[in-house]
Amino acid sequence: MSSSATLGNGRAIDRDAVPELSLDDFQEAILAAVQRGQRVVALFGTADPDPAAVQLHLVLADDQQSLLQLARTRVCGDSFPSLTPRCPQVHLFEREIAEQFGLHAEGHPWFKPVRYHRSYRPGHDAWGRPENEPLIAGVTDFYRVEGAEVHEVAVGPVHAGVIEPGHFRFQCHGENVFHLEISLGYQHRGVERAMIGGPNSRSIHYAETLAGDTTVGHATAYCQVFEALARCQKTPRAQTLRGIALELERLANHVGDLGALANDVGFLPTASYCGRIRGDFLNMTATLCGSRFGRGMIRPGGVGFDADAAMTADLLKRLAAAEKDCENAIQLLWDAPSVMARFEDIGRVSEEAAGELGLVGPAARACGLQRDARTDHPWGIFRFAQIPVSTWDSGDVFARAYVRWLEMRHSINFIAEQLRALPTGDVRTNVQPLSPNQVAVSLIEGWRGELCHAALTDAGGKFERYKIVDPSFHNWTGLAYALRNQQISDFPLCNKSFNLSYCGHDL
Amino acid sequence: MIDILLARFRQGHRTIEYPAAPPPPLAERFRGRPIIDAAKCPEGCAKCAEACPTQAITITDKPRIDLGRCLFCTDCMNACPADAIRYSRDYRLSVRQREDLIVDSDAEMKLAAELDEKLKRLFGRSLKLRQVSAGGCNGCEMDVNVLGTVGWDLGRFGIQFVASPRHADGLLITGAVSENMTLALKKTYDAVPSPKIVIAVGACAISGGPYAGHAEVQNGAVAVVPVDLFIPGCSPHPLTILDGLLRLIGRIENGANSGVSRDS
Repeated sequence: MSSSATLGNGRAIDRDAVPELSLDDFQEAILAAVQRGQRVVALFGTADPDPAAVQLHLVLADDQQSLLQLARTRVCGDSFPSLTPRCPQVHLFEREIAEQFGLHAEGHPWFKPVRYHRSYRPGHDAWGRPENEPLIAGVTDFYRVEGAEVHEVAVGPVHAGVIEPGHFRFQCHGENVFHLEISLGYQHRGVERAMIGGPNSRSIHYAETLAGDTTVGHATAYCQVFEALARCQKTPRAQTLRGIALELERLANHVGDLGALANDVGFLPTASYCGRIRGDFLNMTATLCGSRFGRGMIRPGGVGFDADAAMTADLLKRLAAAEKDCENAIQLLWDAPSVMARFEDIGRVSEEAAGELGLVGPAARACGLQRDARTDHPWGIFRFAQIPVSTWDSGDVFARAYVRWLEMRHSINFIAEQLRALPTGDVRTNVQPLSPNQVAVSLIEGWRGELCHAALTDAGGKFERYKIVDPSFHNWTGLAYALRNQQISDFPLCNKSFNLSYCGHDL
Repeated sequence: MIDILLARFRQGHRTIEYPAAPPPPLAERFRGRPIIDAAKCPEGCAKCAEACPTQAITITDKPRIDLGRCLFCTDCMNACPADAIRYSRDYRLSVRQREDLIVDSDAEMKLAAELDEKLKRLFGRSLKLRQVSAGGCNGCEMDVNVLGTVGWDLGRFGIQFVASPRHADGLLITGAVSENMTLALKKTYDAVPSPKIVIAVGACAISGGPYAGHAEVQNGAVAVVPVDLFIPGCSPHPLTILDGLLRLIGRIENGANSGVSRDS
């Protein structure tokens, strides 16, 4: 019997077709697959009819074959042996399973809560915390370095800027950072729990607000799961408009990040210009759908808004103007020695470490990893219009900035091409109810990296489990790793070079 | 160096003139205040209220919208069999009292009044705010940040975001206030010296937004701190936020600057 079921991106199969392995075989399958170069894109628990057991579901990505591999197992009792010591990229997935289902991951080297909420199984807590005592986010033991002249710096959850909450604990020797630990969960608002029993009137809005800067990405991932389960076809025009909206989102965020990086090294020209140009891209999205963040654009069965000829002509004109402004503003960065001196060789992550930690998105590509769901697992319009994968190999702040710039140019070309040749036809098809007892997986390359949504339907065609993996879930550890042996004063710069989502991680 | 100067010349002066001149054009499809034409409503129809993801619409004798709950999505519009719902492009939505956000479909809104004499004297020309992000999607934070860009230049009104609550005159809160941020929000509020003001931005901070009713959140800032200004939206357009802030410090009079942007 095969150890996994094979599935394409945005497809659904019967839940029974996913082989149930013994826990040992399940874990060995993960190890063997990772050794073959596959990646763990999702590993999550779900309730079992037997209240004393929990099901674990695995989604592996085979980037070479453009395929996903699914397997499952059952854990009886309140613990399972941790795989993290042998496979670091599952470390946070195991902590999440522990927190959500009250399973102790035996031998996990850093076994702590992820988001600080009660387990989904009342009476089962992986840390044996009493139910009548409040859980306080961030109140936990942190990794500590002891010794003369070693000191600890604690920052957050409320930060100095207008940004999301998180807690950062640095172990320092003078300016030098030995270790950074990041403790999140402050933005936890219970979205995965609330998705159960859907789809309902809120489901698409949850998807759109998983991370406000990734509205189009997450909404596309949700709709693709929905459409796979509803066996619904999209029209070419809808697929193209989705792609345009996704790349506009990438452009707005990338140009904003490049401006913010310039700001963090005190290079104000690019900082000022990019802040404004970001608005130009957001306003193009608003032209499409009325919302700068793309709210309302992506809907099950297609898109919520069409674009007529006058609008596409207007967008093309504005895109060309924004492209010129970008080139002018961003080229200054690479030509300014004062900027390059601050970008180069700061916050370096090796290709090997990036691979082991399972990094995704521009942060992974900046380490030389060829990893982009638009190419590896193409969906919709990206099956027809391929976007080259942009990589750099230095793994530092410069690489993370430069990869964004390379990607921006491809996105601009893609949008211009698609606007010029928009297929005719409807933009939305009617959707049917979801099929019962199915599992569907959707991968979308958001601007920050790979978004994975996976859903299991019950016998009534409702979501029995809805799993969301934001790229930040993989990448926060990459930021902590990048800070090792760096100066603490470089933290803001390193942080911005990743620009990870707190709400996308905390759900 | 010459490149930097040339770029400066090329990129030009971009700060909007508003409020001295009309606001910048908003997208044709921009969704401002939703309007229900009650005359078109079929007898006994409640399709919009049923479709609303956040129960923002109630129908008694006529439909009434709670803009504090509204996500400004299109679900009610698409559900309406009579084409009775449309979004106007009126971006002016801020109020001082929570109940002023619950509006009859055709009524004038009671837009935010300025601070009382004493507070206006203190904050009218210099308002330092500490921002607390507490359990949302980061959308509101992003559009608050936009006000700091060269296009909007919030600093010209004396409004600034400061790094410490002890340096602040008030808080600007976003997010539904998650359980996990409740303590931090309380502590931050307590650290702001009195007199102080609180501004709630976005559906989450006003009502819990899409997360209203979740055990993991408080359904907005009012559950934790008193709120002086409510700026609704999901997320509010930067112009909506700016309009609210300027009304609060008395820089825009009620009715001045038609709330409709100049290209409409």
